[in-house]
Amino acid sequence: MEKTKVLIGLASCGIAAGANKVYNELKALQEADKLDIELKKTGCIGMCYREPLVEVIDETGSYLYGEINEERAVEIFDKHLKQNIPVTDYIVKSDLFEAKDDSFWDGQVKIALRNCGVIDPENIDEYEGQGGYKALKRILDDKVSQEDVIQTVLDSGIRGRGGGGFPTGLKWRFAYKNEAETKYIICNADEGDPGAFMDRSLLEGDPHAVIEGLAIGAYAIGASEGVIYCRAEYPLAIKRLNIAIDQAKEKGFLGNDIMGVKGFNLNLYVKEGAGAFVCGEETALMASIEGERGMPRKRPPFPAEAGLWGKPSNINNVETFANIPYVLLNGAESFAKYGTEKSKGTKVFALTGKINHGGSVEVPMGVSIKDIIFKLGGGITDGKKFKAVQLGGPSGGCIPEYLADTIVDYDSVNATGAIMGSGGMVVMDETTCMVDIARFFLDFTKKESCGKCTFCRIGTKRMLEILTRITEGDGKEGDIEKLEELAYQIKDNTLCGLGQTAPNPVLTTIKYFRNEYEAHIIDKKCPAKNCKKLLTYTVDTEKCTGCTVCAKNCPTDAIDGARKEVHTIRQDACIQCGMCYSKCKFDAILLS
Amino acid sequence: MRVKRILQEKEAAEQASVDLTLIDPLIEKYKSKKGNLIPILQGTQDVYGYLPEESFIKISELTGLKLSEMYGVATFYTQFRLNPVGKHIIKVCHGTACHVQNATVISEAVEDALGIKDGETTEDRMFTLESVACLGCCSLAPVMMIGDDTYGKLSGNRAVKIVKEIKIKESN
Repeated sequence: MEKTKVLIGLASCGIAAGANKVYNELKALQEADKLDIELKKTGCIGMCYREPLVEVIDETGSYLYGEINEERAVEIFDKHLKQNIPVTDYIVKSDLFEAKDDSFWDGQVKIALRNCGVIDPENIDEYEGQGGYKALKRILDDKVSQEDVIQTVLDSGIRGRGGGGFPTGLKWRFAYKNEAETKYIICNADEGDPGAFMDRSLLEGDPHAVIEGLAIGAYAIGASEGVIYCRAEYPLAIKRLNIAIDQAKEKGFLGNDIMGVKGFNLNLYVKEGAGAFVCGEETALMASIEGERGMPRKRPPFPAEAGLWGKPSNINNVETFANIPYVLLNGAESFAKYGTEKSKGTKVFALTGKINHGGSVEVPMGVSIKDIIFKLGGGITDGKKFKAVQLGGPSGGCIPEYLADTIVDYDSVNATGAIMGSGGMVVMDETTCMVDIARFFLDFTKKESCGKCTFCRIGTKRMLEILTRITEGDGKEGDIEKLEELAYQIKDNTLCGLGQTAPNPVLTTIKYFRNEYEAHIIDKKCPAKNCKKLLTYTVDTEKCTGCTVCAKNCPTDAIDGARKEVHTIRQDACIQCGMCYSKCKFDAILLS
Repeated sequence: MRVKRILQEKEAAEQASVDLTLIDPLIEKYKSKKGNLIPILQGTQDVYGYLPEESFIKISELTGLKLSEMYGVATFYTQFRLNPVGKHIIKVCHGTACHVQNATVISEAVEDALGIKDGETTEDRMFTLESVACLGCCSLAPVMMIGDDTYGKLSGNRAVKIVKEIKIKESN
């Protein structure tokens, strides 16, 4: 009989939700009782909305428990682990019966995330136990040629998962064809999109998959030097990567003469980013590795000819690399059988925002956005109305409700004006103001513009000024046209992807929500009741208890009323700061 | 002009207490490596919590890196700070998911409670408040991070309570 396994999801969001406490509690109980079970730390299971998660796998099957705190951990320990009675109240998924959150898993196909939440990411043996490093071994044992490896990647149809969507095999071929003594292979783990955490999940949950992907890539293009450029905001990912690299070196999957193959060397290390969104752009990333300001460089020459330190370099995203071992081990067809004609395989999405089931999901390309949001995502929080979904972060756009049948593949998403991006999917409901969202993204790109191209440096600032004044009620007629003109100038006159796509959030919101812009500018109203300066605050005479809290907190003394009597707001003195609304404990301040 | 003079004196007093020998091993380690500028600055910031002016001069003298390049890099990346920070750095996430879940309220509540604005440090050097782009815990939005601890599903009141608890711990 196999030992009962207990897995605790200890990725960043699990830890933030208190999973470490749950782990420590279970560990202490196990030691006190000397219970013969295997307690295991694992990565992101994906159901972030039910964190902390604990999975029990006993001889009968698997039981996933959600929202576990220390008390509940004690209960699970006493009942399930000691007496074999599962605690049904907390079970969110099981392979034995239907559970309340089964819809979250419907239609998911895990390729990139195959080991996340299954193995202990800090233990190379567990990765190998799942077939890890087999692809690399097979390539080297069977002496598969570099061309054949590249051909398999090409046949799988995999395209860059960082957002660009360039065929990975083609990229490898360019780097392979450029001969040089030293070549570089780089993993872009500078996941800077606000609202996206797919790469973090992968790096924290299955770092060896990325490393094996890098090793296979290095073999294919003939690189001997490797860099993983990871953002410093992901300390746990960096820690686990470094552990994984040391383990892989010890086992001979990295270093010199890999797996005994003379001359196949890969010297891989992690380079910490220093916080600059533009470094997600490949030439800027290389400048940053070289110790410079992360400013994009002119292309050509392309990185495949002269990249890092002037040598041929190939750069792929985390998710792309994580797919590679699977493709090489199972054949191109195993990957290409999923997806649409031009977008093969699966894609990981980070579902966030006003959605019931926030988390990370992996679905085949070609699934509709609606299915992702309403089936897997469980619909909109608090039963509110779905308004739009933002794809691709600051480079992407907002897809409105009526286009929710759009399927996820590179070309269909591009056709809406958004981009597939790296996989962030932020869901918005009727209370989200689309002008404010556009302003939010422009504020981001303005701050993150590296300053090299005038149109990006100054254009984003001018656009932000216009958007800010619209949200503050000072919008003028003609502002929308001005925004559009600036947007096209920025698109046409900037060097890198960041600049060229910076206006997308504005263009898509104007395209699909022009009426909201007009309501702000002409009627001076915010339909989503989000822009403070455009709201009128009044007191609900039924609910007001006369507690005086609002009057005490009003910075302009615009609220009158004696204790225990209904208060009133003098509109001429009100500056719409929203203080009364946030301080009122009785919901007695009305917005209109 | 008066304001400036006081500031300079204050800075001079602060920097007099900086022990520059602390970064000797770091400089030794990276001295001759290519692309060493960012790791050296990161290491220096790990030691002092910020990049003191003297450390620039010392690094430049010992490694040959140009002061102008160092300053250019230090001001380009958001990670680097040129001023001392508080003991606890409060990072309020303003990523997209947190933004749509009203992260502004969190920042405002903490600003109110500590009497400082975004990017500032309290007078007792206990807290520094920063807003950051994305902490990657989007499903727990709105989120803030203090030291290595992340707090999710916040409200203004809860955020203030967490900060006050740290304050009480520190005063004991």
